[in-house]
Amino acid sequence: MTDDHVYQSLAEASPEGDARWAFGTGFEDPLYGVDTALPPDLDRAELTSLCLALGDDALVSAQRLAEWVTRAPELEEEVALANIGLDLLGQARLLLSRAGQAEDAGRDEDQLAYFRAPEEFRNVVLAELPNGDFAHCIARLLLFSSWRLAVFQSLAAHPDPVLAAIAAKGVNELAYHRDHAAQWTVRLGDGTDESRRRMREALDQVWPHRAELLDGEAPELRAAVDMTLGQVLGAAGLPMPSAATAEPGRGRAGEHTPYLDELLTELQSVARADPEATW
Amino acid sequence: MVTLLQLARDTAAQVLDPELPMLTLADLGVLREVTLAPDGRVTASLAPTYSGCPALAEMRADVDAALRAAGFTRVEIRTVLDPPWSSDWITPEGRAKLAAGGIAPPGPAPRRAPGGPVPLTLAPTRSVVHCPHCGSPDTEETSRFSATACKALRRCRACREPFEQVKEH
Repeated sequence: MTDDHVYQSLAEASPEGDARWAFGTGFEDPLYGVDTALPPDLDRAELTSLCLALGDDALVSAQRLAEWVTRAPELEEEVALANIGLDLLGQARLLLSRAGQAEDAGRDEDQLAYFRAPEEFRNVVLAELPNGDFAHCIARLLLFSSWRLAVFQSLAAHPDPVLAAIAAKGVNELAYHRDHAAQWTVRLGDGTDESRRRMREALDQVWPHRAELLDGEAPELRAAVDMTLGQVLGAAGLPMPSAATAEPGRGRAGEHTPYLDELLTELQSVARADPEATW
Repeated sequence: MVTLLQLARDTAAQVLDPELPMLTLADLGVLREVTLAPDGRVTASLAPTYSGCPALAEMRADVDAALRAAGFTRVEIRTVLDPPWSSDWITPEGRAKLAAGGIAPPGPAPRRAPGGPVPLTLAPTRSVVHCPHCGSPDTEETSRFSATACKALRRCRACREPFEQVKEH
């Protein structure tokens, strides 16, 4: 190795012509080569806000899941949470790219992820709440992935073919996330007194956020989510959390807790320190 | 006489997957199509396995570089999202190569009617997965996730070896 910069020589193409590393390949755009023309009669503003909202949910959730790395109760679980976060990060990249195209103001996924202020984020409040114990992580994932799966199933028929394809692709991933959370809910709910107590407490904490997730959704979607959650809690032998009548959160309107500010400060720090950097 | 289109197809089909290097992108079912326009432009279409798969950028770069090395000067690599990739796209040859490489191939992917309900799985799946080392059907899932998004972790009760399985997806 003659180069002082260790990564530089790795990034150079070998004599056989194969670049060895994903970065520096010139293929940063996750929608590269996809036909991204917008159907002419589509409401661009509506598509932009929909993609932004679902992209922000995924980006913020992925960040919270990544925080479990080195902190999970067992190694396999750490790998699981990191993988789920990676799936969501992939969905975030596709959705934010699509939001940028629909908006048509020259903003790409990086601009949207790294150079917006907290009040410009449209994620649900549930996603930004700080991590609690492992039961809290599972309760949040159960609620989030059950709801998101139902939303993506309905979006697979969206008139925008790109959003429809992103959603159809995400359904399989979200089904896996939901099953993972459901299986842990059963294991903890049907486990020791301590695990059961913690699982119940965690569900009580996240339950009021159902209102924001389901706000404005179709009755069939709400029924599908409630049926899934009922099935899981039934199998876990856990009671339905007392239906706290909370006002729906207003994350979709840009009203967030200070926790999002902290999360974004960390998420955006490198990109903001060197806006010209490429990776 | 090999046509240029055949050359382009063979070249793209022989590119290896960066994470499962016993498989070509064609074996994995990621390479969807290779076309040659009258003006000489080659277009190869790749379908990502998982939305967040970090290997996709490298796959694109590898196919691009292989086609250029084969003499094609105008190359375009397209991403295809629809229909989405599923583990059912892995070819029979790909499955045999996985098993020979110590990774259990996936069973049939879950079948669902488009827009129909996605059933919950509340217990670890009990499908029979044969150990790629000793062939025993007596294996158990130790984790539904592994070193890459597309694999789960299992253990053989007969020979005690841990192994990976490409997930049904």
